[in-house]
Amino acid sequence: MKRSKLLWGVLGGAAVVAAIGTLLVGGLSENVVYFLTPSELVARGTEAVDQPLRLGGQVKPGSVVWDAEELDLIFAVQDSVGEIGVRYTGAQPAMFREGIGVVIEGSMQGNGVFEATNLMVKHSNEYKAPHGDSIPGTMYESIIRPEVEE
Amino acid sequence: MGRSSPLVGWLGGAALTLMLIGSAIGLFVVAADAEQGEVQRLMYVHVPAAWTAFVAFFMVFIGSVLYLVQRDPRADRFAAACAEVGVVFIALTLVTGMLWGKPTWGVWWTWDPRLTTTALLFAVFVGYLAIRGFSDDPDRRARWSAVVGILGFIQVPIVYLSVVWWRTLHQPPSSPRSVSSEILWTWMLNFLAFLLLFSYLAARRARLARLEAELEEREAYDV
Repeated sequence: MKRSKLLWGVLGGAAVVAAIGTLLVGGLSENVVYFLTPSELVARGTEAVDQPLRLGGQVKPGSVVWDAEELDLIFAVQDSVGEIGVRYTGAQPAMFREGIGVVIEGSMQGNGVFEATNLMVKHSNEYKAPHGDSIPGTMYESIIRPEVEE
Repeated sequence: MGRSSPLVGWLGGAALTLMLIGSAIGLFVVAADAEQGEVQRLMYVHVPAAWTAFVAFFMVFIGSVLYLVQRDPRADRFAAACAEVGVVFIALTLVTGMLWGKPTWGVWWTWDPRLTTTALLFAVFVGYLAIRGFSDDPDRRARWSAVVGILGFIQVPIVYLSVVWWRTLHQPPSSPRSVSSEILWTWMLNFLAFLLLFSYLAARRARLARLEAELEEREAYDV
C-alpha cells in the first residue's frame, strides 16, 4: 500500500515537472530568450535603447571593418529580414569572420548602433577534415598566445 | 564479501585498452576539423563524456524505479553507484566544454539554455549524493534518493533537446550528416571506451557499496 502510494507520488511529481517543462518550452521561446534577432530588436525601436541584452545573427558578408591598431571592430549582424550595425572594441575571437554566427552582449545606442561589450562566435555542428591543399586551423595557438598582440 | 568477479577486471582492461586506442587515434591519426583546428579534438572527450553521463543518469532512473517497486537494496546501490560516476562524467563535460568554448566561442561560459540546463543537471545529482549522506536509515535514504534520481533524470532529455527548443550559443547536436566519417568513427570509438570505463567504475563502486552495507549490518549486531 505504502509502496504504491509513493510510486504514485513520484509519478505525480514527474507529471508536475513535465508540466513545468512544457510551460517553460512554450514560455521561454516567447519571453525569456537567450538572444534577440536583428529584426526583433529593430521592431522594439527606441524602447530597446540602453537596455542590456544579447543580439544574435549572422555577420553580414562584406560589412566587417577592422582597425587592428585601435582594436576597433565594426560590422553588421543580420537575419533574413533585418540588420543592425555593431561596434565592438577588443580582440576578435579566433573564429570570427564574415558569414559566421555571432551572439553579442551589449546595448542599443540612440544612434541605432549596437554597442557590444562581449562578442561570441556561434559555430555550426559540422566537423570535417581539411581537403586538398587546405591546412587545419591552428586555433589552439590562441590559447597559449596572449589575446592582444602588440 | 568475496573477490570481485573476474568479468569486472576484464571490463577494466578493455576500457583502458580502448581509451588508449581511442585517444591515440583522436589525437594523432584523424585530421582535425578544417575550420576549428586542433581544438576540435576535444570533441572526442566532451561528447562521449556527456553521452556517458546521460546513460549513467538513465541507469540511476532504472535503479530508482526498481527500488521503489521492489525495495531491493541492490537496486538502490546500483542507482547510487551510477549517480556517483555520472557526476564525474558530467563534471568532465562541463570542464572540457569550457576549455573548448574559450578558443571557439570566445568565452569560457555563458548562461545559454544548454549550459544552464547542464549546470542544473550537475547540481541536482550533486544534491542526490548529498541527500544520501543525510540519513542513516538505509530504507529512508534509498527512498528519498530514488525520488531525486527519477526527477533528476527527467532533465536529461531537456538538456539534450535544449539546443533544438531554444536559442543557444551552443550548436545543435552533430549527426552523421554534419560530421565526416573518420571523425564520426573516432567519436563513436571513444564513446564506446567511455561506456566501458563507466561500466567498470560503476561496477567497482556498487561492490564497494555492498561491502559498506555488510559492514553497517555487522556493526549494528556487534555494538
